[in-house]
Amino acid sequence: MTRPPLASELNLCLCHSCGLACDITHDPHECERCGAPLHRRKTDSLTRTWAFLLASLIFYVPANLLPVMNTTMLGSGSESTIMGGVLEFWQHGAWDIALIIFIASIAVPGVKFVALTMLLVTVQRGSSWALKERSKLYRFVELIGYWSMLDVIVVALVAALVKFQALGDIEPRLGILFFGLVVVFTMLSAMSFDPRLIWDKQDKARNNPPNEEVMDEVASH
Amino acid sequence: MATTDHLIICEHCDCVYEKVTLAKHQKTLCARCGGVLERYNGLSVEQRLALSFTAAVLWIFANFYPVMSISLKGLKNSATLWDSVLALSQGPITFIALVAAISMIIAPVFQLLLLIWVLSFALANQRSPGFRFCMRWLETLRPWSMLEVCLLGAMVAVFKLAGLLDVLPGIGLFALAVLSLMMIRIAGRDIRELWDIL
Repeated sequence: MTRPPLASELNLCLCHSCGLACDITHDPHECERCGAPLHRRKTDSLTRTWAFLLASLIFYVPANLLPVMNTTMLGSGSESTIMGGVLEFWQHGAWDIALIIFIASIAVPGVKFVALTMLLVTVQRGSSWALKERSKLYRFVELIGYWSMLDVIVVALVAALVKFQALGDIEPRLGILFFGLVVVFTMLSAMSFDPRLIWDKQDKARNNPPNEEVMDEVASH
Repeated sequence: MATTDHLIICEHCDCVYEKVTLAKHQKTLCARCGGVLERYNGLSVEQRLALSFTAAVLWIFANFYPVMSISLKGLKNSATLWDSVLALSQGPITFIALVAAISMIIAPVFQLLLLIWVLSFALANQRSPGFRFCMRWLETLRPWSMLEVCLLGAMVAVFKLAGLLDVLPGIGLFALAVLSLMMIRIAGRDIRELWDIL
């Protein structure tokens, strides 16, 4: 299968804001249509992605260890963590809701950590392995990104509702702050990653083919 | 500019294609990486504007009516979206209240205001004042608008409290449900088409 031409070969650059194919023969700094800054690749993509990813990994620890809310019912108080909330639903037989919270709060950030780390490492090593699948993985990470905000919203609503002083009171705790930071930073991390980097190494190899064999291998892809 | 208007670049791998006209339910995929290039967009400017006004009304309902109310031994309480933001704003965790406020309330309302502004002028086939600015903000706001997550969160909260006390979903919750679905339809990437038609 012949590959379509690349933007770089035609001296074009995609505007990320309005989607225009901008002519960059004369090195414009912004898109002529919408005025957004133009970059061939996102600025410092790998460094920024790593930085946001590491920050969110660090916040992930207190987010899971610290309690996210404090429930006081008729004088007796208890603190609950995210995992505690999942287990509570599970034990009460509401496995479906336990599953929703588990996926949104624990599995989604986990998957994002693993996926982004894998994407970063493979790009840095210039790997040509599973290019299409890695592109798909990135789109998946972008898609699931914000669903982790679920728990923040649940805690906010529950804390706003249960305000009966001595009879019953629910308050948010520090854990939810870290949890929210994890969500924000993983989102920033995914936004900083440039999926075109996945293909760059291969495209470079194609433009200056070292030998015929590589060409054939790539072409059959 | 006129020479590149008909081109479309895959944002995932930089392949360049020529635009094609899509029929209903069709979308174009990048031949190399499989990413979506364009989707068929069945909304005319009039329809999108009408939906934006409807969504704006729903936003008012979702924000000014309680999302749910609870009762415990004769005591009643109800909370709106704003109440839940305030509940987060106490003590050292204030920052998360800001994130919640942006994702549940502020980003959606700005999206709607910008849409109404831009589309009202588009109806008369003109670019609105500040068109570039508005369109760029619509792009920036999109990832931070999380109404569908908010909806699921509210439903989980209903179940969470239902075990402890009596819970009654409010008008706000129903408005939120419809609003979040409408936002997916009207505030998606396809508003970029305005750049081409105006």
